[in-house]
Amino acid sequence: MGQKLFMNCNRAIVEAAIQAGCRFFTGYPFTPATECLEQASHRLPAAGGVYLQAESEVSGINMLMGAATAGFRCMTATSGAGFALMQEGVSHMAGIAEVPCVIVNVMRGGPGFGNLAPTQSDYRLATRGGGPGDYRCLAFGPATVQEAVELTKLAFALADRYRTPAIILSDQMLAETTEAFDLGDPLPEEPVEKWWATTGCKGREPIYMGRPGKIYGPEAEYLSGNLTLNLIGLARADRDPDTFEAHMLRLAEKYRRIEAEEVRAETLYLDDAELAVVAFGTSARLIRPAIEHARSEGGRVGLFGPITLWPFPSRLIADASKRVREVLVVEMSMGQLVDDVRLAVNGRVPVHLFSTLGGVVPRPETVGREIRQILGLVTTDSRA
Amino acid sequence: MAKTARAHGTIVIAPERCKGCDLCVHFCPPQVLRLSHRRNSLNHRVVELFDEEHCTGCEICAKVCPDMAIVEVYREVIR
Amino acid sequence: MDQVFKQTTSAALKSRYDYCAGCGHGIAVRLVAEVIDELGLRGQTVGVLGVGCYSTNPVTFNFDCQFALHGRAPAMATAVKRLLPDRLVFTMQGDGDLAAIGTTEIVHAATRGERFTVLMLNNSNFGETGGHMAPTTVIGQRTPSTPNGRDPEIHGYPTRITEMLALLDGAKYVARVALDKPANIMRAKGAIKKAFEIQLSGQGFSMVEVLTACPSGWRLMPVESLKWMSEVQMKTYPIGELKVAAS
Repeated sequence: MGQKLFMNCNRAIVEAAIQAGCRFFTGYPFTPATECLEQASHRLPAAGGVYLQAESEVSGINMLMGAATAGFRCMTATSGAGFALMQEGVSHMAGIAEVPCVIVNVMRGGPGFGNLAPTQSDYRLATRGGGPGDYRCLAFGPATVQEAVELTKLAFALADRYRTPAIILSDQMLAETTEAFDLGDPLPEEPVEKWWATTGCKGREPIYMGRPGKIYGPEAEYLSGNLTLNLIGLARADRDPDTFEAHMLRLAEKYRRIEAEEVRAETLYLDDAELAVVAFGTSARLIRPAIEHARSEGGRVGLFGPITLWPFPSRLIADASKRVREVLVVEMSMGQLVDDVRLAVNGRVPVHLFSTLGGVVPRPETVGREIRQILGLVTTDSRA
Repeated sequence: MAKTARAHGTIVIAPERCKGCDLCVHFCPPQVLRLSHRRNSLNHRVVELFDEEHCTGCEICAKVCPDMAIVEVYREVIR
Repeated sequence: MDQVFKQTTSAALKSRYDYCAGCGHGIAVRLVAEVIDELGLRGQTVGVLGVGCYSTNPVTFNFDCQFALHGRAPAMATAVKRLLPDRLVFTMQGDGDLAAIGTTEIVHAATRGERFTVLMLNNSNFGETGGHMAPTTVIGQRTPSTPNGRDPEIHGYPTRITEMLALLDGAKYVARVALDKPANIMRAKGAIKKAFEIQLSGQGFSMVEVLTACPSGWRLMPVESLKWMSEVQMKTYPIGELKVAAS
């Protein structure tokens, strides 16, 4: 059926979230994410949900933790410094409590206070995690408003399925881009039973969420018995399935499953490419004209666009690196995506980096020059 | 001399929960509790009601116990 | 003989508590459990526990609980109560959890008038890490991080956070109780029940600060630690109802 709408990406994401069943939204005003809060503040109550402005991003992520643990789909939107404040909460939600939520990070100039212009320099924060310990989050990099809408719906579905936070990496330019999109229909999903949600123990055994190990039922008392051994690392998984080691082993296995099954990427002209350009989000969108222009001059260049930033499409890039002669990574940072690309390419071919900093975006003309230089093309176009 | 009513009670202790903290002994009004020499599996001395005749079933031991080691209290009024 | 007392269902009964001997947390937990059972609300209760000895022992309560990061329980409870308004929602937090790292969350929960109940277990130190100075440590109190006793010139003054929160319009019932002797223990239970009833009537934010003994943190035997509570701690933290808003 679909629904054609015209709004900017910030607002569109909230519309998609509501359609996906999000019923709790919290946030702290932060340019360039604040329009998400505005949209949520009037659309969520209308949809029967709760909108609540948090007093800080620290409080906000913990409100999400409470909502998620009680079984509700929930979301927040922020920018880099706010996302940085959320790291402890994200780590706990991903690695210990294993509860789902969706976090929109509308990236702006970092580090620190940064500026208000777009960057992609929170890639590492989203894919590696800035919180303590071993954990991963689903991370998506949309390039258009339509993509952002679809990935928001997907994020809620996968977050629930795998009981993990999902991060949507937008940026200031995309956030302010206003374009037509089709809200579409709700994603067909297999219903996920949140047996672990703390809604009150009427009619069942109590549930304890937010600590590792056996969380359900009268056997939950068992944790007390080996509590000390767990705390000092002497409780072993092979002797006892509810130890911290066993918990971490299960977590690692979950991440392997996600890496095997949930990778998504887009490719363009890669079949005959000598040069593969790797970019995500706004970078990928901005350099499309450069790719098209180079191809019109006979340059064999293709585009590889990761859609899931975690799980990273390592195997697909590795395969592509066996067929191309050069790789060029274009990103709005000092070089974060390029690290993952280099790992996947594994030294087979040279990997170049085209980097823009401080809120400056890559222009098709300048990236086009870089592409032609790598390919050894001579141009007859006076614009070059 | 008129005969007055008095309370009489008894308690049930869960020895494995007791940590020998002495609070019930200290607060017991008729002072009928003491730490025995019996030790539980955590090596705590376990409290015992050594003078049941004078226990009044006032529940104060159960209320001050931090470990719910006093699991039941009984009381009757003897007239 | 009639049975006048028995263990209550809402407290986890199967294993012993891992608290130190004489720790006041065990009494506080039992009182909360007794009140919940007297109100018949075990199946509709969600507890949100902060970080401290009261939550490292994970099976303290026999009903649904969430575990919060340090200081953040009021944020979690805010979401739970707003999404499940008919549940009985409370936080249990230590004085370090609430009055040190958690000051932002507690002030804003109170000022928004969130309709859950906060139970702050105040033992004037960070017990779980070894008894270190907390915002609520009293002047002169020796701890591993104040070896010469708390000195206002260096360490500032003790924080009476409960008095501060009572000033906020959103706070409808604020009380401080102590577990230093049987009469006060019974008053504490009454205050907890009253706070829960304020929540259930939908009036607003309710809070009970409970002075609890920390024999290990204070380096005192259990009976002596209650004497210290009566004679020293309660001078800085007098008990009573600090706010009872007209409904």
